[in-house]
Amino acid sequence: MCTGIVETAEVSGSGKGPRGWFKLEQVNVSYDHPTDAQLDHALNIDFVNEKEGPSARVAVELSPESARKLVDVILATLSRRDPGTVRT
Amino acid sequence: MHPYTTDMYEGMLAETIMLPGHNGEIINAYYARPLGPGPFPGVVLIHHMPGWDELYREFTRKFAHHGYLAISPNIYFRFGHGSPDDMSAKVRGSGGVPDVSVVGDIDASARYLKSLPLSNGKVGVFGTCSGGRQAFLVACRTKSFDAAVNCWGGNVVQPKEKLTPAQPVAPIDYTKDLSCPLLGLFGEEDKNPTPENVLQLEEELKKYGKNYEFHMYPGAGHGFFYYPSVTYRPEAAVDGWKKMFTFFAKNLETSGRGS
Repeated sequence: MCTGIVETAEVSGSGKGPRGWFKLEQVNVSYDHPTDAQLDHALNIDFVNEKEGPSARVAVELSPESARKLVDVILATLSRRDPGTVRT
Repeated sequence: MHPYTTDMYEGMLAETIMLPGHNGEIINAYYARPLGPGPFPGVVLIHHMPGWDELYREFTRKFAHHGYLAISPNIYFRFGHGSPDDMSAKVRGSGGVPDVSVVGDIDASARYLKSLPLSNGKVGVFGTCSGGRQAFLVACRTKSFDAAVNCWGGNVVQPKEKLTPAQPVAPIDYTKDLSCPLLGLFGEEDKNPTPENVLQLEEELKKYGKNYEFHMYPGAGHGFFYYPSVTYRPEAAVDGWKKMFTFFAKNLETSGRGS
């Protein structure tokens, strides 16, 4: 299916793409066809910087279970760094 | 189906070309044609959501191999250029390609094919995934086609909450304007379109007395032609291609010139 399910957010930080490190400006999160992962559908995360062109992209395609694990470990990590500010 | 024998001469030309698309804006397209004077029928291929990629170039050459003038326009052209997957990601993150430019680009591609001296004057449209939806849409919004093939196009039935600025009207709402015979190939395990969505479209086609032929494959889901993917279902794919070439032969292989 072509779900069209996409959420976007502004982010700040750096990502490493095919031409080295670049400044991140946006993350696009979708649940749709993956390009490479052998899954019907994947949780796709694209960290991008539009100003630097379409190849300024750090992409991952995860199974839904893996995506949930990722969310859990990010929140767990943040809660250890800033106890009380992030609830898991 | 093209009757090939091992003693036949065969050749094709396949290349990237530029042509005027929606609003006369120049876009690029992959064009493949059999060698020979023709006349040949034409097919416009609408690439899937994962982009204007290698698979669509293969599909385009496959049609040329079967005796068609085949063109696959880059409907993501206005978003810029990069690898097909980077461009697909960019379009996805931008809310999708607008229906209005897709209809314009596909219609212009059909006119391009018909303008060629090799053309028999008839053109079909084929698309998979989002391209299946767009094939149905363009067959309703224009009168440029003599046959349309919708392979598992999702969001033809599109509830109001799923409409977007890029896709402001559900294609099913245009069914009464369908201007040519329609072939639909679907997988029973698909979640968009679900078998219920396909039935809804079928009811609408019946309501307006349209000429259509639908096939629902058990054990297949979305994208069952895509051999590099886990979604590939060889039996359904082989049968689907066969049904498609039979359908196009019936509707496109008699000359439309002067008619």
